[in-house]
Amino acid sequence: MTIAAHPPGLSDVAPGRLDGATIQSNFADLHPPLTPHEAKVESERCYFCFDPPCQKACPTSIDIPLFIRQIAGGNREGAAKTIFDANIMGGMCARVCPTETLCEEACVREAAEGKPVSIGLLQRYATDAVIEGRQSPYKRGAPTGKRVAIVGAGPAGLACAHALAIAGVETTIFEARGKPGGLNEYGIAAYKTVDRFAAKEAAFILSIGGIEVQYGVALGRDVKLADLRRDYDAVFLAIGLGATNKLGLPKEGELENVVDAVAYIAALRQADDLTTLPVGRRAVVVGGGMTAIDVAVQSKRLGADSVTIVYRRGAEKMKASLFERELAQTSGVVIRNWARPAALEGHAGVFSGAVFEDTHEHEGVLASPGSVFRIEADMLFTGIGQRGTPEALGGAPIEVKDGRIVVDGDRRTSLEGVWAGGDCVVGGEDLTVQAVEDGKQAARSIVAALGVASA
Amino acid sequence: MADLRSNFIGIKSPNPFWLASAPPTDRKVNVERAFRAGWGGVVWKTLGEAGPPIVNVSGARYGAIHGPDRRVIAMNNIELITDRDLEINLQEIKEVKRAWPDRALVVSLMVPCDEDSWKSILGRVEETECDGVELNFGCPHGMSERGMGSAVGQVPEYVEMVARWCKAHTRMPVIVKLTPNITDIRHPARAANKGGADAVSLINTINSIMAIDLDAMAPADAIDGKGTHGGMCGPAVKPIALAMVAEIARDPACAGLPISAIGGVTTWGDAAEYIALGAGTVQVCTAAMTYGFKIVEEMTSGLAAYMDRKGYGTIEDLRGRAVPSITDWQHLNLNYVAKAEIHQDLCIKCGRCYIVCEDTSHQAIFASLEGKRRFTVNEAECVGCNLCALVCPVEGCITLVHKTRGVDPRTGLPYDRPAANWTTHPNNPSIANAAE
Repeated sequence: MTIAAHPPGLSDVAPGRLDGATIQSNFADLHPPLTPHEAKVESERCYFCFDPPCQKACPTSIDIPLFIRQIAGGNREGAAKTIFDANIMGGMCARVCPTETLCEEACVREAAEGKPVSIGLLQRYATDAVIEGRQSPYKRGAPTGKRVAIVGAGPAGLACAHALAIAGVETTIFEARGKPGGLNEYGIAAYKTVDRFAAKEAAFILSIGGIEVQYGVALGRDVKLADLRRDYDAVFLAIGLGATNKLGLPKEGELENVVDAVAYIAALRQADDLTTLPVGRRAVVVGGGMTAIDVAVQSKRLGADSVTIVYRRGAEKMKASLFERELAQTSGVVIRNWARPAALEGHAGVFSGAVFEDTHEHEGVLASPGSVFRIEADMLFTGIGQRGTPEALGGAPIEVKDGRIVVDGDRRTSLEGVWAGGDCVVGGEDLTVQAVEDGKQAARSIVAALGVASA
Repeated sequence: MADLRSNFIGIKSPNPFWLASAPPTDRKVNVERAFRAGWGGVVWKTLGEAGPPIVNVSGARYGAIHGPDRRVIAMNNIELITDRDLEINLQEIKEVKRAWPDRALVVSLMVPCDEDSWKSILGRVEETECDGVELNFGCPHGMSERGMGSAVGQVPEYVEMVARWCKAHTRMPVIVKLTPNITDIRHPARAANKGGADAVSLINTINSIMAIDLDAMAPADAIDGKGTHGGMCGPAVKPIALAMVAEIARDPACAGLPISAIGGVTTWGDAAEYIALGAGTVQVCTAAMTYGFKIVEEMTSGLAAYMDRKGYGTIEDLRGRAVPSITDWQHLNLNYVAKAEIHQDLCIKCGRCYIVCEDTSHQAIFASLEGKRRFTVNEAECVGCNLCALVCPVEGCITLVHKTRGVDPRTGLPYDRPAANWTTHPNNPSIANAAE
């Protein structure tokens, strides 16, 4: 990522477009937590359905009606325990799950009145009570002598490690970055996880004990899969998607201020002072998923005057949910559908605008009629998808499809003793909650395979 | 426009909504605020005998239970009768009645159970030119420990005796206020009737402890760490009061005995229900203590609108209309068959009907149809108990349908059998005995 600040005129990219107080307010909690009274009133809205549709819609199958009833009864910590039993990252999922397409979409009150129970907010209410500076409420199992290597300290890796710790299986997590949490720490819009919540949650999970994390250790570079298989009883790969897609246009790698959105968001998440982060006066974002929305909204909140998202298909095809698209629009972001970048322009090696060609779809195939338009901007963000890095597997005979690892229902790979989960596997929805489920299922399967007491 | 004027045992008021004897009617300033707001009458907070004033606690007098959004479902109090000097009360009553001649002003009384005490207070009250007296035989807390309130109301002989004394010593109409803390409400009502009372009013509050504070291990809202039972009122007591009013209304021994109904009246509809059960006026307290006096506007306008809709010109046209429909279980038609029907267009598929029927009733609801989540009634098992309809969160989604054609798959009997009740049922042992 090359971002260069330039004086207005040629290209206007600068830090501190807004004062600190304004930025702080712009990056405040998107959904402020419920007060105890609000939680009580909201919890009473739950009908405690039979065979609850919300629970079925949850990738981790949290017993939602039960935890909501526990909140109604004043048993907030019991509610948290119900959530953690199914999803140890219930705190983060409460913040980042697209509940409007999962539990809350399935809520019968959605069908009844278009106003589902605020499951996400209630889940946060319950879990906040326990996570904040507290130890895991789970006990590490008596040591079984078994050791598992986990690659990646993101949601899948941490969930797997926690479940294995309960079963008395020691784990070593090899994490390429300097902090645990994966995209919880380095991705995800800042206003969804304020007050360093990702770090708190990771510490909460690791507090169970029996989990060693080695930071700055990357698979393929610093440690080899073959060695892990030799030295440990099992291996769980939770390596995420290490690379991002490119536009494939000339000058993409040469022009300053043509920026990978994933890298920019990581820099934003790690910035101690957001007023030091440069952002263009005019930004254009290419893509239609969460990354595109997150970088667009955050650029706007850092003080960009105009931010335009350009997506090659219609709104209904965007991976970002309606809620997210509306969030972008109410934040002042313009979403422009049915266009794709055709050329990048620059002066003296600095990005100055892009040419887009109109698109339409014919029998499922995108085509361009030839008409084009130009957007002048100071920055261009690419948010057009991430891809796996199977090369990190070092040529191990693991079945891979489109850069992602193939696993079965138990999250076993085709290679004996190796499991995988999270964004790096085929069929993943690239959601935190799915990654947690993968880690949980893999742990179950590993425990069974190792012949130790069930998790 | 319906005529809401009320003439209750000769006591006239512009509408049947009276404030019950309670904290809202303890003093002139409150009562005048109530009259300005539109209340038809008040029963002044209970006066005791002359002498040293009553002493109340200086901590929480009231408790409550709440719904989820702090909606008051019931209140409870341990306040005693008025703690103001008798002379001040009498003076204020007189002033208020003079200033508000068109409103009903009844004075509640509670003195020791001897004839002289009653004779003495009645004489003083009569001087105020109020419209009548209400004998407080109801309060279950505090005064009952001193042989007054519900301690009297729980002994029908005392009720009759005191009612008779009062009728002998005053020309004013006498209303006897009954306690619900008794097994059969008809007995004190009959006693009041026999003693010559002009009317009964009911219910007074129900013995209650609202909650236990599980940290303090004491009743909630305790007084220096201790609590005592109080008297409960508010929306939660209405079903109990309705049953008691109905029992008196249909008791031949109480035929024609006027009733002023009390118990959880919160909206016009509550009042109309009591009137349909024979009440001539309704008395309100908790709703006023929850929302203030303005609520009477909703009550009068709602009742008038309802009466207009139904074509009832006066309160008397409406009064007692539902009484003939109240009967004993043994007279219910056992050949009447109703079964639940789930209206699929309204169903939101929560499955509450299914799980309660499956777990706690008759296993008469199917949870799926052709592999899909769809809730339907199994008529071969449904007894029409109504549980599913009651727990369904969607109003009108599950209804009980009266079956009139065909054969009941549950019993194999036709639906259209002529009405028959327990008194003639072959399983009734008393009939079998009679036949032997």
